This record gives sequence, structure tokens and C-alpha cells, in this order.
Amino acid sequence: MSLSAHQLSVGYHGQAIVKDMDLTLPDGRFIALLGPNGCGKSTLLKCFARILPAMSGEARWQGQNLHAYPSKQLSKELALLPQTQPIPEGIKVQDLVAYGRSPYTGFWGKLSQQDHQIVEQMMQQTGTYELKDKLVSELSGGQRQRVWLAMVLAQDTPYLLLDEPTTYMDINHQVELMHQLQRLNKQGKTIITVLHDINQAARYCDHLVVMKEGELKHQGSPDEVLTSAMLKEVFSLNAQIHRDPVAGTPMCVVED
Amino acid sequence: MNASRFFPLGLALLLILSIANLVFGAVSLSLEQVWQGLSVGSEQHFTVYEYRLPRIFLAILVGAGLALSGALVQGVIRNPLASPDVLGVSHGAGLAAVFYMTYFAGASTDWLPEVALAGGLVAALILWWLCGAQSSAIKLAITGVALAAFWASCIDFLMLTKPLEINNALLWLTGSLWGRGWTQLQALLPWFLLVPVALGLSKYLNLLDLGDDSATSLGVSPQVLRLVSLAIAVALTAACVSICGPIGFLGLVAPHLTRKLVGGRHQALLPATMLTGACLLLAADLAARTIDPPIELPAGILTAIIGAPYFLWLLLRMK
Repeated sequence: MSLSAHQLSVGYHGQAIVKDMDLTLPDGRFIALLGPNGCGKSTLLKCFARILPAMSGEARWQGQNLHAYPSKQLSKELALLPQTQPIPEGIKVQDLVAYGRSPYTGFWGKLSQQDHQIVEQMMQQTGTYELKDKLVSELSGGQRQRVWLAMVLAQDTPYLLLDEPTTYMDINHQVELMHQLQRLNKQGKTIITVLHDINQAARYCDHLVVMKEGELKHQGSPDEVLTSAMLKEVFSLNAQIHRDPVAGTPMCVVED
Repeated sequence: MNASRFFPLGLALLLILSIANLVFGAVSLSLEQVWQGLSVGSEQHFTVYEYRLPRIFLAILVGAGLALSGALVQGVIRNPLASPDVLGVSHGAGLAAVFYMTYFAGASTDWLPEVALAGGLVAALILWWLCGAQSSAIKLAITGVALAAFWASCIDFLMLTKPLEINNALLWLTGSLWGRGWTQLQALLPWFLLVPVALGLSKYLNLLDLGDDSATSLGVSPQVLRLVSLAIAVALTAACVSICGPIGFLGLVAPHLTRKLVGGRHQALLPATMLTGACLLLAADLAARTIDPPIELPAGILTAIIGAPYFLWLLLRMK
């Protein structure tokens, strides 16, 4: 199983934002897509989630054209947590999490014993079990994010795509989420996330993909990718690389 | 309240309202007279069997149909303030009907339902043509509201320039069950084959509540689902409006009220909202016939009297 791009161009209104990209994402890793605003990292993710079609070239899943792959099968293999989530009216937490089981249920959406178990397990894992009878619309932002994560986890896919999941979160919730994702990755899930914070990516992820102006610039482990030269080249930034005193991972400190 | 309590209570209310509609009216009957009236040859046969009974069935069908359409539109546009009215379907049907009544004043009114139905469907097609298949929910709603206002102004223009023929048109435009019987019921019934199709979409409509991106990731095509749901809502609305005229606010109030009672899961919401719509229209028609007998008010005025303040209350509560 793997996700790859072959001469892939993606964009909006005929304007390519990702340009002729060749990229293979390694299996079983915790991958961050990085780059300045407008570099195409979210656009690429949206193409992998089949929200955007390929303008030319191909996105591939297990060697097959992703956009021709059977939707129902794909929804059991690839899940997406979008950047912003609507607030559905009159839906309880446990209902929303159960919607994640849709690819597995019959046409009326009735849950099997196993579905119920998975839904409960994912609520436990994300600390939302106590909220199960509350309406999603009554929750705080941080709680809602965890409920959505539970829903996406209930989809039970080996691959998980996340679009800037930490952007609107308080720092404590950001750390909590990154730990959660790290745990999921250790359990065998491949995680691909768009991130803004380079230091956050270097600390928690084990594979970084750096893009600029729609092109792939670097990819590899944090130690290989996070260098002064890369920051200069991609972000036009003068920065030093130091060791994170707690985790030992590389981190950048900006020069004046 | 959960769904397991809503349905028995709703069905009991529907039964009580139906019986009340048989008993009360310009002439009040006893239950015994109603019972006798159901069989041929009795003194009350015409009142009960030819007049009140088909009207009850019509109120149930039209109420359920408009409410279901409203729930479908609200589900697809993801806005609790949406209703089939915002798509301009009711007004399109109204314009076609008024045009027919004013320019073909001598023509038979038997064709009115077909004309109104065609008008509603054409209005929906124009909306579709303007927005295109890829359009977002919000663009659809705003274009629909603009079109509805345009159709409404055309209706006003016709009625002001043809003042002699407006009486019939006015009566029809307020939405009424007056004078409708078994014939209209027969014409309406086939459209309700769409109801099981709509119920079959429940699971997928739930996913649309999560947003287009999540729905896609869960294996649903939002564009296709929107097209199918709206087509069903448009057809049902046009069919109902063609028989009874536009019955205001029912498609907005019934689904909204029901969502508060049984929640937003469409497996419960869609059938429950049909029950609510049927009860509301039965109650409105009962009131319309009994407030000032023998004069009948159009049921559409009563639903508007209840519906408009509800709508305002909703708007004021929204942050």
C-alpha cells in the first residue's frame, strides 16, 4: 500500500498549484507536508483525498489511479480529517462517531455489534466517551475536534490524512493531538498531515515533505530535511538549527 | 423526546385530528353519523365520504410531501432556514398557474395542476441551469431566493394588470384544500412513489451533514446526492403545490420542529417530519373550516400565521 504522485498537476479553475509532481510517500510513517502558504501542500492533500481531481498526471493508490479506484473500497483504506468542520444540528456525539462506520454498514446504516464496539473504543481512545449523549453543537472547539478525530478513526483505515489539524487549537490541545497521532502511528497507521509549525513537525513526525511553489523540494527524516540551507531556500529565512533539549529532535531558531 | 416515543404519539395525534376533521365543519356531526356516512345511501354520505374524507387524505399527503421536501432541502443545503420555497419552486408553480388563469380565463381549471406542476419544474430547471452541477449549497440557496423573488414579482405584475381575473388566482395562491376531492388525490398519489427513494437516501444525507470533504472521504459523491435529493424535493413540492396551491412555511417549520424533537439522523428525521407535516396541515385545515363557519379560510393563511412568527423567532435566536 502506498500513496504516490506521478507527473501530477492539481489546481483550481485551470490554474495548476501543484505542478508535475513526482512523489512517493513511505508506508507506516508519520509524515508532515510543509511549505510556505500557497506552496500546494493542502491542494496535494485534497487531491489524495479525492476532493480535487488531477489536472494532468495521476495520483496513485497501491499502484492504481486513485480517482478511478472504487469509492467504497477506498473509504475503508483512506480517511480524511478536513481543516474546518461544519457543526451539524441535532446530532449526538455517538451518532457522529458512528457515521465513520458508514463504509461498512448496509443501506439503512444499521450498526452491527462490531460497529458498536469500534465506535465505543474510538470514543474511549479520544477521551470523548463521557460526551457520547451530548449534542455536537453544544461542545467546545477542542472537544469537537476530538469527536471528529474519533469519527475518522472509526472509519478504521490504514491511512489517515489531516489538513492543518492544529491550526485553530490551543497549545495544550495541539500537543495532545500530536501525541495521539504518534500513538496511532505506533499502532501501525500511516499518518499524513499538513502542518504550519516546522518545529512541531520535526518533533513529532518522522518523515518531512517540503514543497515550494507547487514543487517538491526535499523529503526525508527531520535530521536530513531541517537544515539552515533548506530554510533559506524554501522560506527565505535565516535560521540556526539546534537540538530540542527534551526530545533531541532538530529545531529551528530564527536569526534577527 | 426520542424517536421511539415520537412515532406512537405522532400517529395518535394524526388519528385524533383525522377524526376531528370528519366530525367538525360547517355542520358538526356525531361520531355515529360519521360512521353511517361512510356507507352509501346514508344522509351524511356526501358530506363525510365525498367531501371530508378525501380532504383528510389530501391534507395528510400534501403535509407529508411538503415537509419531506423541506427536510431534504435543509439536509442538502445544510441550513435549517432553507425550504423548498427558497428554490423558487412554489413561486414558479404559482406564476404558471396565475398566468394560465389570467390569460386563458375561459379555459378549464381541470388543467391547473398540470400547468402548476410544469411551472414548478421549469423554475427548478432554470435554477439548475443558472447554477450548474458543481455549484455549492450556498450559491444554490441565494440564486433560488433571488429567482423566487423574481417569480413573485411576475405574479404581482400579472395580477395588477389583469384585475378582473385575479379572484380565482388569489384563492389558489393562498393555498387551500377547499373543493379538492378523490380526483385530486388520485393525481397526487403516484408522486409519493418518490418517498421510499428519499428514505433510502437517509444514510448518505447524514454524511452530507459532515461537509462535502468528509462525505467524499466516506465514499459519497456530494454532487450526485444533492442532485437526486433536490430533484425529489422539487418533484414532490411541485406536485403538492399544483393541487393545493403554495401552503406557506410548512416545508420550513415541520422539518425544523421535528429536528428539535427527534434529532438530525435522517433515518428518524425523514419519516418523523412527514408525520409532523401531516398533523400540521390537518390541524390548519380543521381550524380553517371551523373558525367562522360556513366561511372557509384557506389553510395556507393559517400555516403562514403560525409559520411566519416561528420563522422570525428562529432568525432572532440564531447567532
